[in-house]
Amino acid sequence: MAQAQGAQAAAPPLLQARQIGKIFGQHHALDGVDFEARAGEVHALLGENGAGKSTLIKILTGALQPDAGEVLVEGQPVHLRDPQQAQGLGIGTVYQEVNLLTNRSVAENLFLGRQPTRFGLVRKGVIERQARQILAAYGLEIDVRAELGSYSVAIQQIVAIARAVELSGKVLVLDEPTASLDRVEVDKLFDVVRALKARGLAIVFITHFLDQVFALADRVTVLRNGRLVGTKTLAGLSQTEVVRMMLGKDLSFAHAIGGGPDAETGPAVVTFDGIGRAGKVHPFTLTLHEGEVVGVAGLLGSGRTEMARLMFGVDLADSGMVRMGGRVFALRSPAQAVAAGFGFCPEDRKLDGIFADLSVRENIIIALQARLGWFRMLTTEEQVDIAGRFADALDIRAAHHDMAVKLLSGGNQQKVILARWLATDPRVLILDEPTRGIDVGAHAEIVRTINRLREDGLALLVISSELDEVVAYSNRIVVMRERQMVAELRGEQIDPATIVQAIAGQAAPDQTPEETP
Amino acid sequence: MNRSLRPLLATTIIFVLAYALAVSQYPGLLSTRVLGNFLTDNAFLGIAAVGMTFVILAGGIDLSVGAVIGFTTVLIAVLVMWAGLHPLAAFAVALVVAAAFGATMGAAIAYLQVPAFIVTLAGMFLARGAASVISPDSIGIKHDFYTAVSQTYLLLPGGGRITVIGGLMVAVFVLGALLAHRTRFGSAVYALGGNPTSAALMGVPVPRTTILIYTLSSTLAGLAGAVFSLYTKAGYSLSAVGVELDAIAAVVIGGTLLTGGYGFIAGTFIGVLLQGLVQTYIVFDGSLSSWWTKIVIGGLLFMFILLQRLIFSASAPSRKALWKA
Repeated sequence: MAQAQGAQAAAPPLLQARQIGKIFGQHHALDGVDFEARAGEVHALLGENGAGKSTLIKILTGALQPDAGEVLVEGQPVHLRDPQQAQGLGIGTVYQEVNLLTNRSVAENLFLGRQPTRFGLVRKGVIERQARQILAAYGLEIDVRAELGSYSVAIQQIVAIARAVELSGKVLVLDEPTASLDRVEVDKLFDVVRALKARGLAIVFITHFLDQVFALADRVTVLRNGRLVGTKTLAGLSQTEVVRMMLGKDLSFAHAIGGGPDAETGPAVVTFDGIGRAGKVHPFTLTLHEGEVVGVAGLLGSGRTEMARLMFGVDLADSGMVRMGGRVFALRSPAQAVAAGFGFCPEDRKLDGIFADLSVRENIIIALQARLGWFRMLTTEEQVDIAGRFADALDIRAAHHDMAVKLLSGGNQQKVILARWLATDPRVLILDEPTRGIDVGAHAEIVRTINRLREDGLALLVISSELDEVVAYSNRIVVMRERQMVAELRGEQIDPATIVQAIAGQAAPDQTPEETP
Repeated sequence: MNRSLRPLLATTIIFVLAYALAVSQYPGLLSTRVLGNFLTDNAFLGIAAVGMTFVILAGGIDLSVGAVIGFTTVLIAVLVMWAGLHPLAAFAVALVVAAAFGATMGAAIAYLQVPAFIVTLAGMFLARGAASVISPDSIGIKHDFYTAVSQTYLLLPGGGRITVIGGLMVAVFVLGALLAHRTRFGSAVYALGGNPTSAALMGVPVPRTTILIYTLSSTLAGLAGAVFSLYTKAGYSLSAVGVELDAIAAVVIGGTLLTGGYGFIAGTFIGVLLQGLVQTYIVFDGSLSSWWTKIVIGGLLFMFILLQRLIFSASAPSRKALWKA
């Protein structure tokens, strides 16, 4: 018995990576990384954006091939050509965006590519019966003939897990599976993962949420800048220790931020006088000053983003005027806003912000070029110079400035958009959720950048749901509720508790979404 | 109800209503004779539309269909009248040539990642041009086999006739429906139309499926060419101009989403019948220009695109999860 257990412990990990290296151009995405996943454990993989998590996962699942090192399955070195082969060897993957077919039935999604047939015809009855059995094991009783797309993302996620387990059955890689789920759904998902762990699968779990790591994982591996920081057992580890591993520094906003609410502000730059649009935002009046950050707080759908879009001329205001340096005008297009010295970093970076296939340099100079007009083309030398200057100033980490922006991490993409507007030498910068989708370490950098721009004399309007951050950099905070500007907080009033009260509108400030089951 | 069934249901209702309306005006329309002629007159369109349904279901488009039909009629005419081949042998040759043509287009789409629109546009010019090079003039076909085929039919009660080519079209629809809904190839076609990336990750052989889809479409276009040649007893390089567009119209009116992933072969059948009904009505009326067919089809097409927009983008349904306690 004791011997058997000894043999069990000595059994090679189901999946192991040794000294993995991967180079993109000049950039070392991974360098000498070791990783292993053992049967019956949940192994969390953590790291900031750009740490090399997704590259490692792609190598482990066959989507990318390593430039150095080897991958072993049950102790045997393997060469993974593609995800299909990895699946055949027992490694299944579920991605954040569920990679199933929403236009086909649940049953077909479970069996696609391996449907049982008779005389060349698919045996639908057999598939549907087996699909019901499989899903019942996950506590799911649904109509397997219905379109997958008619179910919630959580159910699609579980169908994806069921398919991956059916096809592979040894290692399950979950790439940020909880990103679009609510809390009840996350709990259900975790139950499923624990059951699979009990069945002896090795589970690799990638997430941004630290508390989920502590709730689910047995061990954690942390990557930073493409290198292995360490692999540790979670029992006895504190969150602070994990954060320190991830960031390699003690991170605290209180220390990272200087100045803040008390900083002196300069003369008024622009006044939005009674700007509004029926059905979008009630008319509001707001003046921005030089060297001032105005924070905008409010829940999703409170009219924050709509307000920013009006201020940049993306949507047209049906009331009010813009007053700027003695001139009074109505904004009719973003081009006009740019000409007036405005810059705008939208909320959805991928959709509205970056030109994914253009280079870092082209992304940086594009707003400046638009402002200059197409008859005054920037020479290549000028472009290189401008891009280099702002990339250095904002510490944009790219191997070179001719690489496509889509290859950068989220935080660096955000800085590219900032650089784009800074290159136009703006007077007013509007940032909508500048830290969304960026990990904690990059948050602090963006916050520092905001403070530096304020010190340089810019007028900034920053929309953010991160109250700690808004408090850290704002001189003033306006609060939006139900498409109205309901409060303007200054000085002593600027603290998270007051803001929450204003957002909630006096009534029950403790009613946070987490409290509702 | 399944979302993708709704356009099909709408098409069926519209066909029944339109037919009832036409019959109330011209009672003569309600006869097996008219129904039989529906099938015969639209046989080549129906057969080509089955292939087009597969292409569109997979998220593609095939603009070469009409040209392939024209080319096939010329090739068959030349093989029969100049080379003295038996028509059946000529059909076999034509089908092989069409299949190879489709496979080549499919391979270009699959491996060179060129949009189907461009590849099949090139295919359209190639096929039409090749047909004109072989013979710019119409070649009449006189052969005992052709006479025999045109005189073979199934007599329906009421004097209607199911001709060989009408029956062939129905058979192609039945086989097409089986292929689409009950085989692995069919699943792969829908998968490709739904999300090619997911399909590839789920193990669907994307290049092979793409090649097969365009091979199937061109082969059926070849078959439609053979049927057209039987129907007109001639081969002409400029015949069946624009049939690909009629086929696309039939597919979309039949409820298949133009962007792929949703639809039924049976819907295309009704789409073809609906076009046939409009034509027949105009013939019965006698005073209307035949171009009214195009106007009505255009109106229907526009209506169905709006309908699909409403069904597929406005409603993003989300069923309540039924978790076991």
